[in-house]
Amino acid sequence: MNRALALWHSSIGKHAVMAVTGVIMVLYLITHVVANLLIFQGPSGINAYSRFLHGTGGALWIARLVLLVAVVLHIMAAVQLTNRRRAARPVGYAAGRQPQVSTLASRTIRWGGALILVFLIYHILHFTLGTVHASFVEGDPYHNVATGFRNPLVVVFYEIAMAAVGLHLYHGIWSSGRTLGVSTPSPRPLRRQLALALGVLVWLGFAVIPLAVFAGMVPA
Amino acid sequence: MNLTLHVWRQAGPDAPGRMVRYEAADISPDMSFLEMLDVVNERLMQTGDSPIAFDHDCREGICGSCSLMINGVAHGPNPGTATCQLHMRSFADGDEIHIEPWRARAFPVVRDLVVDRAALDRIIAAGGFVSAATGSAPDGNATLIPKDTVDTAMDAAQCIGCGACVAACPNGSASLFTAAKITHLGLLPQGQPERLQRARRMVERMDIEGFGGCTLYGECQEACPKMISIDTITRMNRDFLRASMTPVRAAVAESD
Repeated sequence: MNRALALWHSSIGKHAVMAVTGVIMVLYLITHVVANLLIFQGPSGINAYSRFLHGTGGALWIARLVLLVAVVLHIMAAVQLTNRRRAARPVGYAAGRQPQVSTLASRTIRWGGALILVFLIYHILHFTLGTVHASFVEGDPYHNVATGFRNPLVVVFYEIAMAAVGLHLYHGIWSSGRTLGVSTPSPRPLRRQLALALGVLVWLGFAVIPLAVFAGMVPA
Repeated sequence: MNLTLHVWRQAGPDAPGRMVRYEAADISPDMSFLEMLDVVNERLMQTGDSPIAFDHDCREGICGSCSLMINGVAHGPNPGTATCQLHMRSFADGDEIHIEPWRARAFPVVRDLVVDRAALDRIIAAGGFVSAATGSAPDGNATLIPKDTVDTAMDAAQCIGCGACVAACPNGSASLFTAAKITHLGLLPQGQPERLQRARRMVERMDIEGFGGCTLYGECQEACPKMISIDTITRMNRDFLRASMTPVRAAVAESD
């Protein structure tokens, strides 16, 4: 316990917590995006998957609990590290610090993360609880998705959030390996093919659905 | 060439500071950046003004004393060089140049462009050494080390402790500095016995000094006059996390 606390109190330890919880969430996102694409098979595919998940009983709640703990730890570490960053440079540069090689993804990781949190809350209210959904039917995800993107504002919000998720993964997947010390040395250390591939695939997989629904390609 | 300088002037550690504008006329493009400041200072002194204080020593890129943020870029626009190796031909006639000290809570301003970088010394003192009585110099090649390992260790050992990594880091992190020493000693056989303890102590010290954490922006390796790779940070993270997994009893035994 003391060792775990000591680790949490160190800056590298907090980043390691962010990396591990991030990897857990990325693994979940991969299953999520693959399952989402079942929507294009018609009502049978995705509703059967939904029934399968709800039929697992306790396993679904264990998965939800793991994800909740991961989200909470990820955010706690992020907030504390951001406070540490603010304290580390109380007086900034008058001419501005000019970024040389850092990616847009790395520079937007905090605000992007905050946006994703807002999206996450909306998304759960939208498709899990149905609170903000106009015609939510419990246990019929096909119907909920097919009727859930009629408002163009909702589509735009989803698209912006999915772009943020893609950028977040592009930096997060790559930096997790380095934070945990498992990446191999590279003559071009900023190169990140795996993170690029996963980031683009997850982004496109999620981003296509609201657009397809709005375009009428998923009949209600 | 004629230049307009905007320089941070601050009379002392607790005095308020501000950017002050100076016209630098008739500057030779062959001057180094520090020689240009020498000329400006000479003119300031002739008119009774106080010269701009800045750190410098070897002026050949090996001591790590010079430390200027030039137009928002640590050590100026050229990669792999310290401020003293930057020449005025890298600028154009009529340019405006903003010159500021490194900015970090752990690097308090002493005067003008001079900051106190003793925090880096304290990180080294926390474990950046091999504590063994070595006696006289050993025979060459008495300890065989693979060439690749030596090359990687020496790439990291090039660190001159200038602090550009901290200055360029959006988080104000000293990770590249700390990681360079951990990599240098952690790769060589002489550094093995204290490897994990070294990583833990140096990282703890780095945190105590108030540096930020590492988000892997990569700005540090671009700013580094010795082009030290962020691969060293991966290695530091691995050694630190491994040290954190070491059972407490063993950790206490090794530290005292």
